[in-house]
Amino acid sequence: MARALVGVKRVIDYAVKIRVKPDKTGVVTDGIKHSMNPFDEIAIEEAVRMKEKKLVQEIIAVSCGPAQSQDVIRTALAMGADKGIHVEISGPEYETLQPIHVSKILAKLAQDEKADLVIVGKQAIDDDCNQTAQMIGGLLDWPTGTFCSKVEKTNGELNITREVDGGLEVLKMKMPAVLSADLRLNEPRYATLPNIMKAKKKPVKKMTPKDLGIDTAARIDILSVEEPPARQGGVILPDIDTLITKLKEGGHV
Amino acid sequence: MFTACFRTLKISNKYGLLARYESTLVIAEHNNETLLPITCNALSAAKKIGGDVTVLVAGNKCDKVAQSVSKANGVSKVLVADNDAFKGFLPEALTPLIIATQNQHKFTHILAGATAFGKALLPRVAAKLDVSPVSDIIGIKAADTFIRTIYAGNAIQTLKCKDSIKVVSVRGTAFEAVPLEGGNAKCEPAPAGDYKSSLVEFIKQELSKSDRPELTSAKIVVSGGRGLKSGENFQLLYSLADKLNAAVGASRAAVDAGFVPNDLQVGQTGKIVAPDLYIAVGISGAIQHLAGMKDSKTIVAINKDPEAPIFQVADYGLVADLFKAVPELTEKL
Repeated sequence: MARALVGVKRVIDYAVKIRVKPDKTGVVTDGIKHSMNPFDEIAIEEAVRMKEKKLVQEIIAVSCGPAQSQDVIRTALAMGADKGIHVEISGPEYETLQPIHVSKILAKLAQDEKADLVIVGKQAIDDDCNQTAQMIGGLLDWPTGTFCSKVEKTNGELNITREVDGGLEVLKMKMPAVLSADLRLNEPRYATLPNIMKAKKKPVKKMTPKDLGIDTAARIDILSVEEPPARQGGVILPDIDTLITKLKEGGHV
Repeated sequence: MFTACFRTLKISNKYGLLARYESTLVIAEHNNETLLPITCNALSAAKKIGGDVTVLVAGNKCDKVAQSVSKANGVSKVLVADNDAFKGFLPEALTPLIIATQNQHKFTHILAGATAFGKALLPRVAAKLDVSPVSDIIGIKAADTFIRTIYAGNAIQTLKCKDSIKVVSVRGTAFEAVPLEGGNAKCEPAPAGDYKSSLVEFIKQELSKSDRPELTSAKIVVSGGRGLKSGENFQLLYSLADKLNAAVGASRAAVDAGFVPNDLQVGQTGKIVAPDLYIAVGISGAIQHLAGMKDSKTIVAINKDPEAPIFQVADYGLVADLFKAVPELTEKL
């Protein structure tokens, strides 16, 4: 049976309206509500469902980031993951941490833990990169099912339905494989209180990129982070006729 | 000797001549019949970087596509890889081809459009090259300095790439399309090889059929949200869209409720559109939806809730019941 490694990222909660720092170095994260990246919740849920169908034997949840990243590992454990690995990276090193670093860490862990399935969310809602699954696939030379909306396992192979621009696409791939979860893959469960309590007893291994032999030197310099240009406030029109007049003035109709 | 070279480079840079050393490979996106418009936007980004622009057309009986892209303004060479292995345009098959091409030509930049195709492919290529890719750029400041959005379009990041090869996906709506005329590039075969992947097999595609313009390149987009209440009611939007020759989009709520298929979703996790006119009907305007449409030139919102956040970005708002307003608008146009 398969062993699944699932990557989970701690990000600013999706409902928070972010603020850019006045010195343009980044966004304000101190004292802001964080939670598990929504796509990663879907990734964990899929792994847990596979375990419930006896397709997966063990689920290892991994997060790379500062000490607080342990919170999202605990959430993953409460949802049904068996054990956690926290790869601690903080400070300036974390500021310039890119999917290339994370994918190297996850690829190494996948090998060390003898995983044959790596599942991550399709993108993190903070950096919006959409790269990690693809890069893990490249590093391990494993087939990669990106933007999955359906995953089925038959005879040791995976049947993947992907969300592509014009509709859907179906692929068949061999294990070991990497998958990235799209929104439509499933509806993540809530962690119940008893499960949250149980999760506290599950093991979480702490390590550093150095332990894994991964170099996290910056691949980019962040020159600035700025507010997007604000849109000019519009007007509320009284009726359809006025709207049509405005659209005609604008040359739209 | 080494120092001399270095000095020359430094001097060239000082006079802004470094651009002469750039060479960009653009991965064409196509369906073996026609080139997809996003490739023309990626070409325009490549021109902005400067230097030579080469296009790689990989597919199965893709000659027609290679011919059409060879006429694009500013393209100096087209590399063609025609092989059964590229059926379904799988990254597992395309990546070794791109690496072989890179090894032969030593490009400084590898570009593609930030579509489902480009997003699935480029990071795999970058991993093989051991470089950090840059996703979905909206601007180019210098050959190594790019602008992109983060946090669902709520912040704009300017970053400088330290890697020697830049692997970059391009947001189509942020760059003008290069016309497929005025050029006369040579078509050459791409490096040959055994690219067939035994690990993954393309089974089928189920594309939604529509006579309306394609969502990401349409001049006008009419989008519906939860307020439409059912899939049948989307007919109101289709009628309006047909009147305007517009594409139809949707919010996540409308997709999740099953009113329309997923590929119509506009937003952070769906498509990014920037049409001349965006008409949002029954859409509240969540952060994640705004991420996909707030660069539209003119935004019209029709919503019965005057407090809906969509009105904060709309140029023209109409506080009205969409079931009355939309048929009336269609009627009067």
